[in-house]
Amino acid sequence: MKLSFKLNGRPVETECEAQETLAEVLRDDLNLTGTKISCEVQVCGTCTVLVDGLPVSACTLLAYEVRNRDVLTIEGLARPDGTLHPIQQAFIDEFAFQCGFCTPGMILAAKALLDENPKPTEADIVHYMDGNICRCTGYVPIIRAIQRAAQGTPKEGKK
Amino acid sequence: MAKVTGRALYTSDIKLPGMAYAKVLRSPHAHARILSIDTSQAARHPGVFAVLTGNDLNGLDPYYGHAVKDHPLIAIEKVRYIGEPVTAVVAESERAAFEALELIDVRYEELKAVLTPKEGLEKGAPLLHERKFEAGALRGFEGEVTAGRGTNICQEAHLRWGDVDAAFAKAQTIVEGEYYFPMVYAYAMEPYVAIAEVNENGVTVYSSAQHPFMVRHDLTSVFHLPVSQIRLIVPFVGGGYGSKSYTKIEPLVAACAWKARRPVKLQLSVEEAMLTTRSDDALTWMRTAVDGSGKIIARLAKIYMNTGAYAENSPLVCEKATNRCVGPYSIPNVQIDTYSVYTNTVPASSYRGFGCAQVTMAGESQIDELAAKLGKDPYEFRLANVAKPREEFFPKMRPFDGNLKEDLEIVAKVLGWKKPLPKGRGRSIGCSVSDAGAYPLTSTAIRVHADGSVSIMTGSTELGQGSHTVLPQIAAEELGVPFEKVGVVSSDTAITPYDRSTGASRTTTLMGRAVQEASREAIQQMVRMAAEVLKVKEGEIEVIAGGVQCGEARLTWSETISRYYGLPDGEVIGRAYIRKAGDFAQLPVFWETASTGVEISVDEETGLIHLEKLATVGDVGLAINPALAEGQDIGAATMGMGVGLFEELIYDGPQLVNGTLLDYRVPRFSDLARHVELHLVQNQDGVGPYGAKGGGEASLNAMPANIANALYHASGVRIRRAPLTPEKVWHALQEARDKKGSRV
Repeated sequence: MKLSFKLNGRPVETECEAQETLAEVLRDDLNLTGTKISCEVQVCGTCTVLVDGLPVSACTLLAYEVRNRDVLTIEGLARPDGTLHPIQQAFIDEFAFQCGFCTPGMILAAKALLDENPKPTEADIVHYMDGNICRCTGYVPIIRAIQRAAQGTPKEGKK
Repeated sequence: MAKVTGRALYTSDIKLPGMAYAKVLRSPHAHARILSIDTSQAARHPGVFAVLTGNDLNGLDPYYGHAVKDHPLIAIEKVRYIGEPVTAVVAESERAAFEALELIDVRYEELKAVLTPKEGLEKGAPLLHERKFEAGALRGFEGEVTAGRGTNICQEAHLRWGDVDAAFAKAQTIVEGEYYFPMVYAYAMEPYVAIAEVNENGVTVYSSAQHPFMVRHDLTSVFHLPVSQIRLIVPFVGGGYGSKSYTKIEPLVAACAWKARRPVKLQLSVEEAMLTTRSDDALTWMRTAVDGSGKIIARLAKIYMNTGAYAENSPLVCEKATNRCVGPYSIPNVQIDTYSVYTNTVPASSYRGFGCAQVTMAGESQIDELAAKLGKDPYEFRLANVAKPREEFFPKMRPFDGNLKEDLEIVAKVLGWKKPLPKGRGRSIGCSVSDAGAYPLTSTAIRVHADGSVSIMTGSTELGQGSHTVLPQIAAEELGVPFEKVGVVSSDTAITPYDRSTGASRTTTLMGRAVQEASREAIQQMVRMAAEVLKVKEGEIEVIAGGVQCGEARLTWSETISRYYGLPDGEVIGRAYIRKAGDFAQLPVFWETASTGVEISVDEETGLIHLEKLATVGDVGLAINPALAEGQDIGAATMGMGVGLFEELIYDGPQLVNGTLLDYRVPRFSDLARHVELHLVQNQDGVGPYGAKGGGEASLNAMPANIANALYHASGVRIRRAPLTPEKVWHALQEARDKKGSRV
């Protein structure tokens, strides 16, 4: 069946089957492989994408559920001219990734956090990000990256 | 940058033209004979190209294994663990392959299974492997392979020096006990995945593998092909931690591609990955003795490790575990016996820490137990007994190249060691030293281009440890060129020179040295070129940063190359070979050394332990990239905390009951200690570039014991089995309370 939605700021029209997940449509049909798949049971957060600004597990969300909605994947975060989003830059500056597999999902979850709460405390960060697992970094550098990005972000009004 | 923009390619992101998809039917029995497999319906299912079973392998040599060739690429005649691949379907989509699996009919005759080393060693126990084995050619350890001798013993290792019986007879204080390190799942977040293509040119495999050259070797054996016709390509790897060391699903995928006559991709789910490789567990009985002056004089240990259905790398883990029972202490009398036993469970192989983690649970617990018995401070007790710098504490091995006193002091300071703690809190300091498993066999090529930029050709795989950062840093330093001008081409066996493996914390030390030497060799060549270009003798050329100088004349590398060739084109290829000679003649190449410490809080009502403080110290010689080195330490310590608090693969009989991420608990953000401090000790005491040694595993090793020791400090209760789950802790606290109560 037809599926129309906004993807990384642009309207997109594609076909999908009823049982296809958003992760499958993004990776296999639309060739956006930045969204990674790990646990497939909504536990690890690796496949996190933003739908209407909120983090979802793309591996368990049916693709059909995003019809007419706004989807943001890791590929849509940097500006069209290539300038990195402050969170992406902060992750690089704080060495907040090693193997990088959890990173796209981690960055998008962090974006959702900072959009909702531009100046989070460490406890806020830990609480919000608890749905994303990282096996490499021991989490400390990720917290530092989010704090660093928060310092740079001007106070935004709530969406 | 590719990793933060989603552009970094991992094996699963690759699509080849005409690629088909495979799915695997797995054994529901722990031990059974395969009576028949009916694949006719599956083969006829729409979209199916081919079905592969153990009966379809004529023309291949289906058994592989670098230490023991005991592993069939798919079950042949018999299944040896629940989850073992029995049939593979190749189809035009994953869905079609998955549907076809349902149409396969396998008949089994169940056999009695053995599930623990104890069962495996009982008289009359059923044998997993009846045949006599070929030892693999590339096992990487000196001892004899002991599998296939009519028992379920996969490997034995024995270590002896001095006279433990005499020492125990005159010892002042002795502790003994049995300790357990569980089976764990490394949970690399990218599960195993491989894409294979087999055609008249040979075999090409893309894989999420740590050791492409080792896999290549196994494939030459399976396909009877020369090395030149097998190609392994490894893109970015989504985590390894030892669980992707050596060959995993590559022979199976390649056999599928061979049968289906088209490229085939096999992507395992996390559940399937948990049925592919796990860590060895270890049941360690240990006894340690101290003399009247508080010096450790003897250690006796017997260790049983459960290696699962196939040897994989467990023979080496067995040998290393044996060695690592000793460090980091100077013990004059030692007797360690280790037995790695086959059982009908998921095959065990390398895991971060490599045997050291397993036995350090026992070793570092016993140090604290001894200190308690002697009424001594565990930190000071360690200071009095750890190996000293340059001490040959392990006979015939490289003298110790770290400084444990310095490492321990830093941890003690961070924890505020002597400060009084409130009720319900405890602290511990631990350390470990591992004879690094890195076998020195490596080569590399450095290409200096005509514009002065540089490409490093390296067989090392980028798992996140930062080889793509550290190696260019070294080349940039040696050649005097900007870091931004150095690129890396990695882990393609057709292009990058031989590197035995990526793991055992070896890349900075061994590949780093290779890069350093290859850079210098390139410089030597360019000096000769410059001499010719400037028409002077070589001896008159002086090397400066980024080029050469001779009197008034100066040439950059770019100018040297361009003038030599007569065009602004061409290149210079610098090369280096590293082998077990010179600086690397003595093993281990380095001792991987770290100290970690924790302060915990324990909730008596629930048995829940939380980390309040975590301190890590990596004794790394020189951190070429300090942030990366520290990142490895905190990552390793967190993994160790996972084992100490909740990670364990639980078997109910032959069935793995927590084989999903829903039931296998790994550390999360909320488990983080409130106060974390990471330090590096850099005394440039290693044989790596600029005095570097390796890091990345050591901070894991003492963590389970640290948690057990800190619990004892907080509550007086000693638990000797990891993980220290709330249930275990609560029961132990209750028991202690009851005992106390009954004495009143």
